[in-house]
Amino acid sequence: MNELEERSSKRHWLATPYAIWIIVFTVLPLIVIFRYALTDSAGHFTLENTAAVTSPINMKAMWFSLKIAFGCTVFCILLAYPMVLAMKHLGLGRRGISLFIIILPMWMNFILRILAWQMILSNNGILNLMITKLGFKPVAVANTPTAIMIGVVYDYLPYMILPIYTAIMDISDDLIEAAKDLGAGSFTVFFKVVFPLSIPGLLSGTVMVFVPSMTSFVISDILGGGKLQLIGNIIEQDFISGNNWHMGSGLSVALMIFVLISMEFTIREEKTGRESVIW
Amino acid sequence: MKKNRFSFKKIAAIIMMAALVIPAGGCGKAAAVGEITVINYGEYLDPDMLDLFTKETGIKVNYEEAITPEEMYTKYSSGAIKYDLVCSSDYMMKKMILEGDFQEIPWDAMENKDNIGDKFYEFSSAFDPGNKYCVPYFWGTLGILYDTTKVKGPVDSWDVLFNGEYAGDIIMQNSMKDTFMVALKYLGYSVNTDNPDELKEAQQLLLAQKPDVQAYLVDEARDEVVAGNAAMAVVYSGEAYLGHEYNNDLAYVVPKEGSNVWIDCWAITKECEHPEYAAKFLDFLCREDVGMTNFEYIYYSTPNEKVVENMDEELRNDESIVPSDASVEKCEVCVQVDDDVTALMNELWKELKSE
Repeated sequence: MNELEERSSKRHWLATPYAIWIIVFTVLPLIVIFRYALTDSAGHFTLENTAAVTSPINMKAMWFSLKIAFGCTVFCILLAYPMVLAMKHLGLGRRGISLFIIILPMWMNFILRILAWQMILSNNGILNLMITKLGFKPVAVANTPTAIMIGVVYDYLPYMILPIYTAIMDISDDLIEAAKDLGAGSFTVFFKVVFPLSIPGLLSGTVMVFVPSMTSFVISDILGGGKLQLIGNIIEQDFISGNNWHMGSGLSVALMIFVLISMEFTIREEKTGRESVIW
Repeated sequence: MKKNRFSFKKIAAIIMMAALVIPAGGCGKAAAVGEITVINYGEYLDPDMLDLFTKETGIKVNYEEAITPEEMYTKYSSGAIKYDLVCSSDYMMKKMILEGDFQEIPWDAMENKDNIGDKFYEFSSAFDPGNKYCVPYFWGTLGILYDTTKVKGPVDSWDVLFNGEYAGDIIMQNSMKDTFMVALKYLGYSVNTDNPDELKEAQQLLLAQKPDVQAYLVDEARDEVVAGNAAMAVVYSGEAYLGHEYNNDLAYVVPKEGSNVWIDCWAITKECEHPEYAAKFLDFLCREDVGMTNFEYIYYSTPNEKVVENMDEELRNDESIVPSDASVEKCEVCVQVDDDVTALMNELWKELKSE
């Protein structure tokens, strides 16, 4: 046995905290959820709780969640990608500062930040104060899907920026120079070199934004004024006010299946590319 | 290097000593007596009172909060934490009494029980016959808090919420029972109806109203009216008092169609191993000085007559602090706990919220 192998077998120990963490906080809760989801209150096996996702109320919430998640992902890409390209051309020091500024708000509790948005967007809020000062008519953004969209885009944007940033910063300048030497214009360089190499980052960013915005419920509760329901709100209600854990778990399982299906495309795509940084 | 090592040792020793000594010193008294775990609504007890109680009796209080009675019930029934005392509202108390979740209050151990007015024991006997399980804590009415500068004409009827005059300026409660009660009362039905047709009619009314509703909120309902974001909100009377404190233009009314009079009570769970500690805590809450401090923290109507007697004249005459007999007379206590009715209401509420 050579030394290298021995060392790597010793290193398996390092995975112990990870394994314990995953078992206690992911595997066991999943087992509990599946148990609740697949039984009724008498303890008999049933698929009804999971199938309940097809009821009109739940479908409506699911569809709305999908729209919010899709819109959020698109907006985040549109905002993040140019931002990262701009950052690539900054000097090392300024690049660090701009990255720091993006991460800075994440040091604060996100519920506080969403509550701040509620203040900004409310009818007599800061936004309308500024708009009316400028002589325009106040807008009624509070408690609308627009408000929820602003909230999720704001909250999840860093999760789109960071993976794209890592992917794009990894692209060697030599590649770009080589392309230019061979006569490629800046458009060709972007579409033939930079963009294809940034796809893994783009995909992991998409996963990290799409899934949480699809399943969130706090943002829609605070910024939607209790009038708009994502599927997360329905699940929350089943657990908290309806005291129906079986139904809540059933819908959670349905949501998990749905998210896995929609991610299937992304992940399959990713396997063909370079292994990505985060996912 | 050597010096560093020495100081490290010293620090370690200090930490270890501290770890040994501090708990022994800090909890020495408590360990001798015991502890209780209570669950209450949020911001519904002056936190200083917990420290005072521990100081006086040596009993440590583990304090938990829930936003709604349903959330409290979910927490209680999941069994993850063993609660000794719960505080909740009338209908939830009835449900839990019927389930046999409580043990009788050892009234003999409660010196201050008579500070609570007879009227309130009568109220609570609507869901606790014979006053076996419940100690009244705070009470009030459900009504409309409105901004007098934003309404045209007097507000004395639920009609203002449904006639479309204040479209986009209305805040309703994000709580199934409270919102349904408003609609049922407006339609002239009992808040305790078990008639599915009446409930569906109430839902139709609320569905028609939904486009006019700015938001369904619980705790922030009052703040939105205070901030001028909405002209009116359905709130509990105590919230109305604080709203008026923040913004003098606000007024509170119990509509003429009648409303809900609610009463929140404490009860000892059957899991409680030391009911004598729990009773001590309840007796402590009924004490005049504690009742007063708590009242001044919460500003809901207190059933503690000693506290009411010692209030400022102005407070005592405030409808939102001490609801008048005339307005209470029109109101009903909510005691509807039939599972089928709750399930139907849940379904109708979900439909309303998802529309």
